[in-house]
Amino acid sequence: MPATTMSKTQREQGHARVFDLSEHSLRELNQALHKLAPGSNETAWEVLNPKGSHSVAVGVDQPVSIDVRGSVGYYCAGMNDGAAITVHGSAGPGVGENMMSGSIVIKGDASQYAGATGRGGLLVIEGNASSRCGISMKGIDIVVHGNIGHMSAFMAQSGNLVVLGDAGDALGDSIYEARLFVRGKVESLGADCIAKEMRPEHIELVQGLLDKAGVTGVKASEFKRYGSARKLYNFNIDNADAY
Amino acid sequence: MCGIVGLFLKDKALEPKLGAMLSEMLVSLSDRGPDSAGIAIYGAPSKNEAKITIQSAKPERDFRGLDAELAKAIGVPVSLATKSTHAVIRTAPDKVDAAREALQTLRPDIRIMGAGEAVEIYKEVGLPEAVVDRFDVRSMTGTHGIGHTRMATESAVTTMGAHPFSTGADQCLVHNGSLSNHNNVRRELIRDGMTFETENDTEVAAAYLSNRMAHGKNLGEALEGTLSDLDGFFTFVVGTKNGFGVVRDPIACKPAVMAETAQYVAFGSEYRALTKLPGIDNARVWEPEPATVYFWEH
Repeated sequence: MPATTMSKTQREQGHARVFDLSEHSLRELNQALHKLAPGSNETAWEVLNPKGSHSVAVGVDQPVSIDVRGSVGYYCAGMNDGAAITVHGSAGPGVGENMMSGSIVIKGDASQYAGATGRGGLLVIEGNASSRCGISMKGIDIVVHGNIGHMSAFMAQSGNLVVLGDAGDALGDSIYEARLFVRGKVESLGADCIAKEMRPEHIELVQGLLDKAGVTGVKASEFKRYGSARKLYNFNIDNADAY
Repeated sequence: MCGIVGLFLKDKALEPKLGAMLSEMLVSLSDRGPDSAGIAIYGAPSKNEAKITIQSAKPERDFRGLDAELAKAIGVPVSLATKSTHAVIRTAPDKVDAAREALQTLRPDIRIMGAGEAVEIYKEVGLPEAVVDRFDVRSMTGTHGIGHTRMATESAVTTMGAHPFSTGADQCLVHNGSLSNHNNVRRELIRDGMTFETENDTEVAAAYLSNRMAHGKNLGEALEGTLSDLDGFFTFVVGTKNGFGVVRDPIACKPAVMAETAQYVAFGSEYRALTKLPGIDNARVWEPEPATVYFWEH
């Protein structure tokens, strides 16, 4: 990940702006991030002592890198638009909700609805994600190294969800055009979600996402693809049992 | 919302700090529920002594001389220690039922929060900080405890509507969520002899567990039963004399984080509640699975 590499380099050079949440309020941090003007030289940030705080680095709209040292609570990095945010810990519910662009890397686990409604960018969860991962995703790419919980990709509209481990119950319930790739076993598929053929373009797509997410030693051909049977788009009385 | 916490100590060296640790955990979740707060602490159980925690809106009036009057009524020695609106009565274990009955006559306005060999329960309207200070919870010692800060949805903001709910000896429960079939379950439990103090949905969950355990189930089996018999949203944390359990409904939308080290097992609605526990950076931290029972016993 180029952005993360940049952040490390800058920190080593002593250029990262360090924000200790045991000394400064969350509001001060987020306001400082929101004040960043295009082309600002403050491109590397480090956040210390998050201790489960909510809404850390929400609404950042500049291409800076932010390293959060520790675990965060609800809604970390929500609405991210262009920043490269790394959480060196686990994340509470709603991490990266409605991300527009940029990248978010969670070194630990993520709680419920990671990447919900995300419109773009890349969310990487190096541990497990729990229930409702990628719910209503609308263009985001999500790569989970571990497992995902139940009701993931519920009503997912577009984008790609790549899971190296297993998926819980009701994967892709009422899915639209998002593509789901799972390497392990799927507990059950939700309404209107079916297994589909892995064609060469899908292998290429998954390989690209694995590369972007820094995953090595895993072949794109090991994944199965799931997507919409497209029977529930419009109400049809013959499909009433499927709802 | 609501915030719930639980702490089950494995290391005896931490027991003097149980009240302080649990208080810290609960106060950190104050913004999840400002209406009322409560805590149940399990001290070392005693075979020779039972404790009854009582509450009164007018403690000066109701608690004065009560120990002597109660001792006379039940014919055995009674001690009474007042803490603000609550008091802990200590007496012989085989006189608990007699004491409960006598209390109804002697002081019809007081409420019984809970009883048992180990548990003491303190709950009031107000923020966790105020409730913890009022009852000096930080100085309490014990083996395990649970706590709750409430954002009311299903019944009124009153002392009796606060959690934990205790419906059996040394049993209590805190709940984040809301039950939708509590009226029906309450009717069934009343038919089986259970009694209720409030209209609250959580009291039904507590009574359900007490009822199952009275029918011979262990804590784990009773918790397993909630998954099929209770409808609604719930994360429950439960205490018994020597045990501590957690269960979430199959949808699991109410948050939960757990941590375990060689010294303790801890539960919090959020990770925030766990950040000040000793050794948390190296603890095993995980989100309890939906529809899965977790329990520990001493």
